Amino acid sequence: METYSLLREFADSWMLLTLFLFFAGVVLWVFRPGSRETYKDTASIPFRHDDRPASTKEAGQ
Amino acid sequence: MLNYFKLIVLGLITLFAMIAANYARDLAYQMHAVLIVLISGGLFLWVLRGTDEPAAPEPMNEYQDGVVRAGVIATAFWGIAGFLVGVIIAFQLAFPALNLDVLQGYGNFGRLRPLHTSAVIFAFGGNALIASSFFIVQRTSAARLWGGNLGWFVFWGYQLFIVLAATGYLLGGTQSKEYAEPEWYVDLWLTVVWLAFLAVFLGTLIKRKEPHIYVANWFLLAFIVTVAMLHVVNNISIPVSVFGSKSVQVFAGVQDAMVQWWYGHNAVGFFLTAGFLGMMYYFIPKQAERPVFSYKLSIIHFWALIFLYIWAGPHHLHYTALPTWASTLGMVFSIVLWMPSWGGMINGLMTLSGAWDKLRTDPVIRMMVISVGFYGMSTFEGPMMSIRAVNSLSHYTDWTIGHVHSGALGWNGMITFGALYYLTPVLWKRERLYSLTLVSWHFWLATIGIVLYAASMWVTGIMEGLMWREVDANGFLVNSFADTVSAKFPMYVVRGLGGVLFLTGALIMCYNLWMTVRRSPAKEASLSTAVPAE
Repeated sequence: METYSLLREFADSWMLLTLFLFFAGVVLWVFRPGSRETYKDTASIPFRHDDRPASTKEAGQ
Repeated sequence: MLNYFKLIVLGLITLFAMIAANYARDLAYQMHAVLIVLISGGLFLWVLRGTDEPAAPEPMNEYQDGVVRAGVIATAFWGIAGFLVGVIIAFQLAFPALNLDVLQGYGNFGRLRPLHTSAVIFAFGGNALIASSFFIVQRTSAARLWGGNLGWFVFWGYQLFIVLAATGYLLGGTQSKEYAEPEWYVDLWLTVVWLAFLAVFLGTLIKRKEPHIYVANWFLLAFIVTVAMLHVVNNISIPVSVFGSKSVQVFAGVQDAMVQWWYGHNAVGFFLTAGFLGMMYYFIPKQAERPVFSYKLSIIHFWALIFLYIWAGPHHLHYTALPTWASTLGMVFSIVLWMPSWGGMINGLMTLSGAWDKLRTDPVIRMMVISVGFYGMSTFEGPMMSIRAVNSLSHYTDWTIGHVHSGALGWNGMITFGALYYLTPVLWKRERLYSLTLVSWHFWLATIGIVLYAASMWVTGIMEGLMWREVDANGFLVNSFADTVSAKFPMYVVRGLGGVLFLTGALIMCYNLWMTVRRSPAKEASLSTAVPAE
């Protein structure tokens, strides 16, 4: 098979399926149990460390 | 040691540019070679004079804000330049006599038009994106910018790219690809600068102190990575001579058209959308002083946008040599794209839920909200125009120009103004902006300007599309092209006036930002938060 047809066939079958499943997986992952608390913390990142970088002591909090 | 290496490289560049200026085959290339001689020669002297000076240690307990301040100034400066050229070419279209005889070949509409598009997209928008990504990635990673002075290299390297691109257009150095006009050597330089940008951004993310990567950084990283890929693939060309600006594209015919619009639409999708969404996800929560409405929605918004946008390009090539299946694919993905776009819009707007009163008191947040409103409007209009039947009316008409400007002036312009109003007091450690009244003036001038612009372009676009397809009883076309041109005159004047209002608003902003730095009271004991001794 010529390269074009081969790639075309791969693109609209397995690759399409992979990308779709990845996306569906992301949506499911977002709604996993316990995500609400995690995201609440993540969403407040912009409100910490306005003036200075975190010092080494704080790191890993 | 590093300085010796720098001196060798700068010396070689200066030498080569001198040879190139001598052998140059065209004016644009020669001017650029002379410019490079001056810049690299000047840098050589500057590095030489400081070579054995001990370098001051980097203050690791502070953010690197100098480069962001420079970015704010550059954004305002290029914004004014780009809007001004836009107003000039708008009136050149309305009054062709303004294509002055003395300017023929340098300052006529054909030469100025790419200067306008590149100045507003890449100079104004690009500087806003670089400055805000440097600002955002430091604050949300709680880490100083990685790479020391590499951030400054990115800033100045990008300014050099803008100057080379802009002067190149005026002197005729262009490869005639929309939004990718710069010739091969300018493209190579941008690639170097962009990879340095990627390195600074990624390096800061890698040494972050926050365990999670905030969503704004996802959008900004996607913007940087995708633009690198788009830029490299769309600019694959072979120079005719190493001493000339002319190059030949490697792709030909419909493949070239498809690559161009894969690039072109994703320049919109990743430069003007993903990057600016990164700004939205940081500056709107900061200005509204509350976290984003739904972090879950922001993650789904991100992945949906990334997965869909990349396929939408073929809708620029309806009714061309492109196979129908490909243009149908582009059309379907464009329509599906409506959903994540509106998801993002809702997320931005609803961040204000519970704080809607701020709309009355804070003109900066009003600016940000109307920008998200324009984002919603143009991401509805775009999918609609990508439908083949609608496109048969709208394509090649001024409707397209109106659509682009409601997105660019409304969404990109307004969110950038909002970001500048947020950044200036923070970066210069001022208590507040100099005048909120002036922000209100800017808001209304810009909004009315956009409305005049978009409305006149809708009218003239649809009118012109209908005139082009009108046939008489015998099936002959009724109107000649010149008939549509003369019918458009009043709308062209209104469009130009809309541009004047928008430019005036931006000038007021510059005055206000300048006075904020000069006159506003300094923030008392500015860093009041307790910082542990280190």
